Amino acid sequence: MSEQRVKITIDGREVEAEDGELVIAAAERTGTYIPRFCWHPRMNPVGMCRMCLVEIDTGRGPALQPSCMIPASEGMTVVTDSDIAKKAQEGVLEFLLANHPLDCPVCDKGGECPLQDQAYSHGPGESRFIEEKVHFEKPIPISDLVDLDRERCILCDRCTRFADEVAGDPLIHFIDRGAQTQVNTFPDEPFASYFSGNTVQICPVGALTSRAYRFKARPWDLDQVESTCTSCSVGCRVAVQSSRNQVLRYQGVDVDAVNWGWLCDKGRFDFESIHAEGRLGEPLLRADEGHVTAAWSDALGRAAGAIEAALASSGPSGVGVIGGAQLTNESAYAWAKLAKGVIGTDNVDAQLGDGLPAEAVLGLPRATIDQACAPGGTVVVLGVDPKEELPVLYLRLRHAVVEDGVTLVEVVPHATGVTGLAAHSLVHGPGAVADVVAQLLAESPADAGGIGADALAAAGTAVRSGPVTVILGRGNLADRGDLVASAAGLLAEGLDDVRFLSGLRRGNVHGALAAGLAPGMLPGSVSLDDGREWFHDHWSTVPSDRGLDTEGILNAAADGKLDVLVLLGADPLSDFPDHDLARRALAGARTVVAVDTLPNPSVRQADIVLPAAGYAETDGTTTNIEGRISRLSQKVTPPGTARADWVIAAELAFRLGDDLGLESLDDVFAELARVAPSHHGLTAEGVGIDGVLVPLDRDADRTDARTAEDPIGLQTSGGDEEPTADIDPEAAEAAAEAEAADTEAGEAEAEAEATEAQADAEADDAATPDEGDGAEPVADDEREPAGPGLPAPVRFSATAVAVPSPDTYSLRLLTTRKLYDLGTTTQASRSLAKLAPGAVLHLHPHDFDRLGVEADGQVTVSNREGGRGSVTVPVRPSGTVPKGAALLSFLQPGGQAAELIDASAVVTDVRVEVAR
Amino acid sequence: MPRFTAENTILAKEIIARYPHPKSALIPLLHLAQEQDGHLAEDAMVHIAELIDHTPAEVIGTASFYEMFKREPVGDYLINVCTNIACMLMGGEELLHHLEDRLDIRPGSTTADGMFTLEDVECIAACTEAPCLTVNYRYFHKISTDEADQLLEDLRAGRRAHEIPKHGTLARVRQSIPADRRAGAAVPGECGQPVWMTPKDESEDAPA
Repeated sequence: MSEQRVKITIDGREVEAEDGELVIAAAERTGTYIPRFCWHPRMNPVGMCRMCLVEIDTGRGPALQPSCMIPASEGMTVVTDSDIAKKAQEGVLEFLLANHPLDCPVCDKGGECPLQDQAYSHGPGESRFIEEKVHFEKPIPISDLVDLDRERCILCDRCTRFADEVAGDPLIHFIDRGAQTQVNTFPDEPFASYFSGNTVQICPVGALTSRAYRFKARPWDLDQVESTCTSCSVGCRVAVQSSRNQVLRYQGVDVDAVNWGWLCDKGRFDFESIHAEGRLGEPLLRADEGHVTAAWSDALGRAAGAIEAALASSGPSGVGVIGGAQLTNESAYAWAKLAKGVIGTDNVDAQLGDGLPAEAVLGLPRATIDQACAPGGTVVVLGVDPKEELPVLYLRLRHAVVEDGVTLVEVVPHATGVTGLAAHSLVHGPGAVADVVAQLLAESPADAGGIGADALAAAGTAVRSGPVTVILGRGNLADRGDLVASAAGLLAEGLDDVRFLSGLRRGNVHGALAAGLAPGMLPGSVSLDDGREWFHDHWSTVPSDRGLDTEGILNAAADGKLDVLVLLGADPLSDFPDHDLARRALAGARTVVAVDTLPNPSVRQADIVLPAAGYAETDGTTTNIEGRISRLSQKVTPPGTARADWVIAAELAFRLGDDLGLESLDDVFAELARVAPSHHGLTAEGVGIDGVLVPLDRDADRTDARTAEDPIGLQTSGGDEEPTADIDPEAAEAAAEAEAADTEAGEAEAEAEATEAQADAEADDAATPDEGDGAEPVADDEREPAGPGLPAPVRFSATAVAVPSPDTYSLRLLTTRKLYDLGTTTQASRSLAKLAPGAVLHLHPHDFDRLGVEADGQVTVSNREGGRGSVTVPVRPSGTVPKGAALLSFLQPGGQAAELIDASAVVTDVRVEVAR
Repeated sequence: MPRFTAENTILAKEIIARYPHPKSALIPLLHLAQEQDGHLAEDAMVHIAELIDHTPAEVIGTASFYEMFKREPVGDYLINVCTNIACMLMGGEELLHHLEDRLDIRPGSTTADGMFTLEDVECIAACTEAPCLTVNYRYFHKISTDEADQLLEDLRAGRRAHEIPKHGTLARVRQSIPADRRAGAAVPGECGQPVWMTPKDESEDAPA
């Protein structure tokens, strides 16, 4: 669309439209609703349903035209409510209803159905059709998650367009075109898209229904709040809908900056885990015969006692805290303050050895999704498979590549979900990522990692030719995260205009790292050394030395050197890539305290279990891959006596004879904004509707305007309801508060001023301590503190990692994540539990032939170095795997790759033998 | 439920190479599959989808539009009897009922020996020759019940094999297009103007 604006007349009112803007969109934007079924603002128009017929006059006299297909042009006159237009719309609706069963009383869509609503508002009132209507077998499952009632379908092409244009999985199609046209799949080939749930949300009738929600509620029984999805770290905005204190459905909310209304199926359907059987509702203490329920005071007392004993016998380093990536920002800060500022241990890590160094995530210049997807740019996917780990980011990238001409280069250890989109797909030999990136940046590259010099030179030209966003993730859990981080370091140094988008997947891992839940880090993205002085003024204590990461903590526990191991929603027995070490650690730790929502293998081994309030059970904020802070809202009450994680931290601090000074969620937020340098200046109001990027100076382009008039897409009729008003209590609340409570605002301001004054006073002491500490020279603009006197943000400097060369008798293990696995939340969601694809070893066809085994035959895989278990799994040849590699997905039923991985090794080499 | 034979796979790839986009070869490939099996087998559609790099749903979406692509097995001889108005007036329905009795099947079904499939059709554009029918889309005009009996007998005995190949066969002599004479091998938009679009004076000035 060009910047030019044109004047058009809609129903006698002159309005401005962008040149090329569709009439239906221009009309909606200026307050005239034109009925429609097929048009969707996030998809290309097709003019399929004809419901949007209006009279359009471009100088040749008025004519009925579909307003979703006609771009606005200068001087155009549009009449939407003339007798002719009304008659046309009534006629179209009469035809659309000719085959529609009108089974509204038993249809899930009834009450929120565009067809129902528009039949009332724009329909003829009665039909002249007396003929028999079409009949189909009903309902048919088109996937494990979605059912289809074909006779309700009005053939608007929304779902099929979504599958083709947006998701890129055209597995549903119009079939038997003619009088019996239907949407269907190929026989025995289900609509197994990761995004199938979106078709349910955009279906303008009740043809597509989700099996998880079918017959569960009527729309008028649902109550909703807007929140942010934390199934992965993309941070999609959702409407959480519940009835009678039960969450029944999530709907995607259309937010320009993030998810455009889409959700992945994992995010959409894991609401089932909220009310899963076995949710922890009471504290548990280990007794001889297993766990027994206990009072909170007893359980907290036992936990505090164990921590005190640890402090007495081994000092602060006798305590280790693993996890926190599922917490809210507030809870993560409270736990960071408890661990580092009260107990004084730096053995704290939110990642489970499956991520990247916190310095890399927080210290590299950060991009936003919009920056990554901006036309004309280049995206380098480094290591990670966005389709499996960050599905909605994949949708945004796909749109950027297909529609906006963004160049995508992937440097990955195996072909991924974006390989089909990549202009340059560099699939390298396992462990060779840093070599490949070095050659990619070289003027005249040499062959590297099994990739030819020509391919590297071509990709290198693309990477050097424009603004670059690197999507950096941990593609392979069987080699060390430093490896891919060192490659990222090379890109940061070698390119002028480069930003990074973290590809870490756990819900609020970025918020947890920014809150200081990482060794060597303090809240606000500052390193322990840089921030020590600043935090001495705010906390009781600050750890003296850099502590251990998860691997180190587990090793200490396994060696009997750890007195208390706290698991914050972490399950190392499943999620840590080295199961052998995790088992030894949990057995070796003297006391294991688990704070969690659901029982998992690690919780079952814990000595003290503290039940936490989970998703939709507590308010707060979360941080996404971009560093965008957005709101989480409570919708239902937690089970039993489960408490918010930050409350548990505050209670423990109190029992340790200290006080976090945090009495309400607002306290925590205010303190986080006051003491965390990267969050400087943040206010609750500033978070707004769609969240805010931190540090705040990154957020220059921010608007809270939404493209879609109706962000959930529930109410498409232009009736008198105001759909956006009732879904956004915060916005209304914030507005009311702003009006009613001037005093509060004044206080906040005064407080901010005070902070600044204090900060100014300290400015001299807290002079950037990184200078002259022997680190590499640092570009000043990258290390600018967020405010005067604040410590400078952490900076990442990569260190090269030596990779041992492979031998010819073994294969190098690739362990990647799939969207669905044996993770606790996925397994607790009934709809998703069976979707994990299962453990299968994939080999390059050459290696497969050498093995001499039938396809789907069984092989036994064992670590070359020995000392680890082995797994027996089916094997398949696959063109997606490079020579010399063996791909076995993480945490799949049928064989655990984590039994093979040694966390201390740089790479994992395995032997593969035909199973007898 | 067969996929393409090795021979037909080579042919399919040859057909795909004739078009600028693999998807353009979809309908010719559907014909090839129907020729191989007499109908479109599911596995053949999956194979076509693989060859043109699309999903099977897209293949069946196109295939199912065309009445003459059969997704269920049909007999070697597909008999279509016209029952539209001209043929009806001239005895088309009687002809259909006669064939139903003779073959002992209802329209839309296939004889147990897999020899015949009977269908009634709307106008097949031979009203001056009513009543008429087609066998594998070969016309038989002004056909009486006796002639129909004779036709069935001839078909059974293979006496018509020279003029009516079994259902699905497109041609018994395969056309071969030399690589240099194939149309559309250039990418649209990158090829030059067709010669008739070139202004006359320019084409005259052009070097020989």
